[in-house]
Amino acid sequence: MAEMDTSSGGGHKKGPGVKKGKKMSTRVDLTPMVDLGFLLITFFIFTTTMSQPTAMKLFLPKDADKPDEQNKIKESGALTILLGGDNTVFYYEGELAPNGTNFKSANYSNGDEGIRAEILRKKASTPEKDLMVVIKPSPQCTYKNVVDALDEMSINVIKRYALVDISPVEEQLVQKSQAAAATGN
Amino acid sequence: MARPKLPRKSTNVDMTAMCDVAFLLLTFFILATKFKPPEAIEIVTPKSVASKVAPSKDVVLVSVDRDGKVFFSIEDPDAKKYIANAINNTKNLGIDVNAFVNAQFIGVPFSQLKAFLALPEADRKANALPGIPVDTTKGPNEMIDWMRYAVDAYQGKKMNLLLKGDNKSKYPSIEGVINAFKKTDQLKFEMVTNPEAVPTGSELWKLAQKGQRTEE
Repeated sequence: MAEMDTSSGGGHKKGPGVKKGKKMSTRVDLTPMVDLGFLLITFFIFTTTMSQPTAMKLFLPKDADKPDEQNKIKESGALTILLGGDNTVFYYEGELAPNGTNFKSANYSNGDEGIRAEILRKKASTPEKDLMVVIKPSPQCTYKNVVDALDEMSINVIKRYALVDISPVEEQLVQKSQAAAATGN
Repeated sequence: MARPKLPRKSTNVDMTAMCDVAFLLLTFFILATKFKPPEAIEIVTPKSVASKVAPSKDVVLVSVDRDGKVFFSIEDPDAKKYIANAINNTKNLGIDVNAFVNAQFIGVPFSQLKAFLALPEADRKANALPGIPVDTTKGPNEMIDWMRYAVDAYQGKKMNLLLKGDNKSKYPSIEGVINAFKKTDQLKFEMVTNPEAVPTGSELWKLAQKGQRTEE
């Protein structure tokens, strides 16, 4: 380690009677300074890289007033995902059956019961140009659920998807199923 | 015969060079760091796999806090000035233009705007404010008006519309904000999120492994 050099430099003898001025070394112990420097560097490195929020893009469909101006999707290629409260998620393929038989529930996990498995299954069984995922958030769901659902679209590389308002019939179904799920557990 | 003694080397190392480098780096990082101003509105954003860094220029930010209250903020002072004048012209509120330009965010209905701007900066706490009304069942969606002013103020310039919501905010507030975007033909916006790793084995992960670009 760097130390204070106390031995007087030069060392050649002066004549007798000449007072020896004590020569101090100019070397300073830099170790603590270096320590502090690196500590601060580490701090600043971490603060610069950690606080970078990212942004995900979303394109909204334009509201078309006339029914014939609305985008048409093939029934066979449509997958509707309904986001309920308490992190519940429901889905149905094509059009909702009047008796609600094709209305199924899923969850946000990665397992077989998860919505991701369902999206992938639908994606594999449908020609790419027909595939359309419709996300309908119910009033009970949180913003996190919406972002998670949109994120699933980019994770599973779904090209066509839309965020659409929920219809009253669907909302009722979601609420009913949610209540059933709450009492069932 | 004894071997000739090796001259003893000193263990002292000259730290000067290392110290120089350390402080050079330190200076660089200090200068390169941009500290975020303390957030007046507390929001914990959800995570997403989006890897694009949120824009920081020409931002029009709509924040929704955990209680579903909506706040509106614009960085550009010129745009703010324009909006303040536009509000005075169309709504006759007689608000203080300078106070509006200095305000970090707006979180009250138009009817309380003048009183809000009269408050000292330190007293404008997000949790004590009512937020901008967006619920159409209780009254007009005032976010539409704010968006109209913002669109006018950014005419001919690119506007980066950001939506920043809290994990726990309920969808109706978000829906109100999105409806306001739709009404003003702002169909392209970005949602502020925190980065998250792409799940291993997913389709996007496979694309990334092939070295394809995933952002459009």
